[in-house]
Amino acid sequence: MNSPTLPEALAALHAELVEALPEPAAEWLEATLRWAADADWESSFAVATRRVGRAALPRSGMPATDAARVLLLHAVDADLATVTRLYQQGDAAERRAVLQALPWLRLGPEAIGLVEDALRTNDTRLVVAAAGDYAAAHLDQHQWRHAVLKCVFTGVPLSAVSGLAARTDAELIRMLADYAAEREAAGRPVPDDVRNVLAQTPHPQES
Amino acid sequence: MRIFDPHIHMTSRTTDDYRAMRDVGVQALVEPSFWLGQPRTSVGSFLDYFDALLGWEPFRSSQYDIAHHCALALNPKEANDPRCTPVLAELDRYLRKDGVVAVGEIGYDSMTPAEDEALAAQLQLAVDHELPALVHTPHRDKAAGVARTIDVVNESNLPTERVLLDHLNETTVKAAKDSGCWLGFSVYPDTKMDEARMVRLLHEYGPEKVLVNSAADWGNSDPLKTRKVGEAMLADGFTEDEVDLVLWRNPVAFYALSGRLDLGERPTRDDYAGNVLRRGAPADS
Repeated sequence: MNSPTLPEALAALHAELVEALPEPAAEWLEATLRWAADADWESSFAVATRRVGRAALPRSGMPATDAARVLLLHAVDADLATVTRLYQQGDAAERRAVLQALPWLRLGPEAIGLVEDALRTNDTRLVVAAAGDYAAAHLDQHQWRHAVLKCVFTGVPLSAVSGLAARTDAELIRMLADYAAEREAAGRPVPDDVRNVLAQTPHPQES
Repeated sequence: MRIFDPHIHMTSRTTDDYRAMRDVGVQALVEPSFWLGQPRTSVGSFLDYFDALLGWEPFRSSQYDIAHHCALALNPKEANDPRCTPVLAELDRYLRKDGVVAVGEIGYDSMTPAEDEALAAQLQLAVDHELPALVHTPHRDKAAGVARTIDVVNESNLPTERVLLDHLNETTVKAAKDSGCWLGFSVYPDTKMDEARMVRLLHEYGPEKVLVNSAADWGNSDPLKTRKVGEAMLADGFTEDEVDLVLWRNPVAFYALSGRLDLGERPTRDDYAGNVLRRGAPADS
């Protein structure tokens, strides 16, 4: 079985990871990715942190273990049933890796339930991973606005939200303006990234 | 003073507790799985709990810069409920997780045949997953329970050097020490051990392979008891190095047997033992 071709961004991630790893870890990664489809790759997925560590990669900033798991999911061409099982049976780091892999897999919108699940948590590591390209592409507008608000409420910088400028609409502006008013009424600061969104798009007239 | 609480149920504690623990020097902990006060009625209830020990609780802990690991198992009390025992079949996939540094708490509650079976099966799971085991000793009929526990451990494939016998006291410490297991003591406000008795036992049996925990949970307990034991040790003539051995290096050594203990960047022993003047100085080593 042939693994799917590596898109440019994943090829760059792969190169960055291999470069950052010491020799034995890099060898483990290459062998794991090459033979993934034939081997017990789910065990490799589980133990990835013990093999490649958690250090942030120099260019993407992604933890090494996340990068390895994303590349592995791509290498095995993981389908909906697989990503659902790995997410549901995963610890927080494994769930984060599944969420980050979603945009790179041959999935339509049908895995959006995993993103919605992550957005219901208060674990910011999961919220950040859920607010990526897959959510930008597939999350419905109501849920997407609430994802943005969730980031604001849990202290996740809005730079983590993929496609923010493209999907910002009048209703999101209204929600953020109400949020800002609530903060000001309580004598609390309004985060700069919220002010930036409010400033970029003209505030619509209240009816 | 750097402190590793080797047994505490943070799920039952507030963020105020996390803050207070960090303020007195707790930098790492292990949360073993146990019962919830209210008996569980299904396997799903265990799975949600295990997921919390691998997800939400480490996240909460990280906000106070405390390294969180866990021990997973079917606890002795619920090993007697046929609605709960099928969780044994789920443990295999959970024991692979990075945050799991032991199988536990296993052991005896009422010393029933069902508990025999769960204990033996889970000692074998520890062998299979190359994990050490945290073994709870019973509160009722304790001395007999400890003797039987040691027998079962000796019959298992898990060497005693990979077993921590917990909730020991004056009546059980000798048998436990003779067995070659690690020695765990839970210090509580009214029951189990207290600080003064703990210090007496440390004088009598020495600090080697001794771990002290708060075992704080939803009952009358105190998550700062580890620190209080450290202070009682110093007041009674133990050195800072001996306190560091009991409150940090012993728990690190025991759980490092898993090969999965990840404490991140932490100040070294020199920042804590010996030179008080170094406190507040940047940790450069």
